[in-house]
Amino acid sequence: MKRNICLFGLLIFLVVLPFFSGEFYVNLASQVFIFAVFAASINLLLGYGGLATLGHASYLGVAAYGSALIGLKLGLGHWIAAPAALVGTTLMAGAFGLIALRASGLGFLMLTLAMSQVLWGTAYRWVGLTDGDNGLRGLTRPAPFGIDLDSASAFYWFTLAVTVLSVWLMARFVRSPFGAALRGTRDQPRRMAALGHNVWLIRWITFVYAGFWGAVSGLLFVYYHKYIHPISLSLTNSAEGLLAVIAGGSGTLGGPLAGATIVMLLKNYASAYIERWNMLLGFVFVIIVVFMPEGVVPGSKRIYLKCRQRFASRA
Amino acid sequence: MPTALRIQGLKKSFGGLPAINDVSLEVAAGERRLIIGPNGAGKTTLFNLITGDLAGEGGKISMFEKDISKLPPHRRVHRGLARTYQIITLFPRDTLEHNITLSLLGLSRTRWNSFASLHKAMFREEAMRILALVGLESMAHRLLSEVSYGDKRRVEIAMALAQKPRVLLLDEPLAGLSREERVTVKQLIGAIPRETTVVMIEHDMDTALDLAERITVLHYGRVIVEGTRAEVVADPKTREVYLGN
Repeated sequence: MKRNICLFGLLIFLVVLPFFSGEFYVNLASQVFIFAVFAASINLLLGYGGLATLGHASYLGVAAYGSALIGLKLGLGHWIAAPAALVGTTLMAGAFGLIALRASGLGFLMLTLAMSQVLWGTAYRWVGLTDGDNGLRGLTRPAPFGIDLDSASAFYWFTLAVTVLSVWLMARFVRSPFGAALRGTRDQPRRMAALGHNVWLIRWITFVYAGFWGAVSGLLFVYYHKYIHPISLSLTNSAEGLLAVIAGGSGTLGGPLAGATIVMLLKNYASAYIERWNMLLGFVFVIIVVFMPEGVVPGSKRIYLKCRQRFASRA
Repeated sequence: MPTALRIQGLKKSFGGLPAINDVSLEVAAGERRLIIGPNGAGKTTLFNLITGDLAGEGGKISMFEKDISKLPPHRRVHRGLARTYQIITLFPRDTLEHNITLSLLGLSRTRWNSFASLHKAMFREEAMRILALVGLESMAHRLLSEVSYGDKRRVEIAMALAQKPRVLLLDEPLAGLSREERVTVKQLIGAIPRETTVVMIEHDMDTALDLAERITVLHYGRVIVEGTRAEVVADPKTREVYLGN
């Protein structure tokens, strides 16, 4: 009950945020939401499936490029481009999953990395299609139900709505019977098979589902920037998502959201004041790993419970 | 009586060393079969081949006259095969009830439901019934990591029984247990209904011989003796390789 009240309070705060903060912060918050959806989708694989991926930027990038290309090259509207990009990217995730899930552990990690590098290289080199290093410009934001999303506030609310919906659906997913089976495959895959669970299929479905949400974050990404560059498909992007999950706390619903906030604040806010912000990012990660190896969200909970216990014993 | 488990010419080797060498055996429905043999005889490898954890290099495995040799492990479970492991492989971060729930989910269509909440109530009644069967219902909400080794063994058996198996493979169910715990687990195994065929690997001969109706002795991956308890104990080959002269 107390938790629900806190969450409701946070939601109200986020809804009214554009009324009392400047455009810079509203845009920053939009970017945090987009990255949070991306990190949460990685968390499905890493936190609940035990599958560390270094290729998740593929889904973000392909959905973004797909939507942009359908609009620019075919002249079709967002109502066709967005679903087409989502379906196409999800199908691609299905195909990638067939290849990547032939291995597990380090092999899985390397296969996801290899496939994403192929896409990244293609985006760079296929200049005729992607305009290479220049990226695709002149993109527009959709206007769902006639609502113009060009203002920072309107886009913020749109992104907030999509983020809340996606996090809620991902929460349902991990708390479902399927989610319980998924966590089982993370902890004891052999035992799960011996209990009648199809471990490979559970992982593949999760891989595809995570790919779909990666694609959703890609659409938000390209709508926000109105521009797409091959760097969106890069290893750096995948690694930042992975680090956000680890920093926030993998296998928790709040972890990727906290991790995404940390990464985006450092990347966008601290970089305005500190030239070598990458060093600061690395330093923050080291601090987190040393003092809260389980991540910020579960680590904070642990410290809070410890403090409460100590105060209770003193009283 | 129909044959619950039929193994014909099963082979498996590791790096050229045969672990299971042309093993054939038949277990009748409802039978209690004991597999014995010295360390390295291939007993657990045989179980791993039956469950599909390991792929065989030849031979055929049938359950109730249906060939299961080519089926993946989870499909064999759906045909009515369950097992316990020599080394406990459970879910230590979860409660005993959740461990049993995962077992019940394995055979339920609900396991594919990715939207509905895992209302424990869906399986609670059945999970509690299973835990009561092994005398652990009072600990249902405790984490597995917090219970004793003997209780973990009982959870292992409970998870296998939760699936109402037609053939149950027990891999050293008494290993590492105290004398009191052995008595409890022995009673538990003795109470398994006859609809379930039990094949058991066990080193504790005093306990195991009481439970078994027929015994198979493995040595260097081969069946060297098979028969009733009296026949096997009297056989000089058993004495030579396992019981000592």
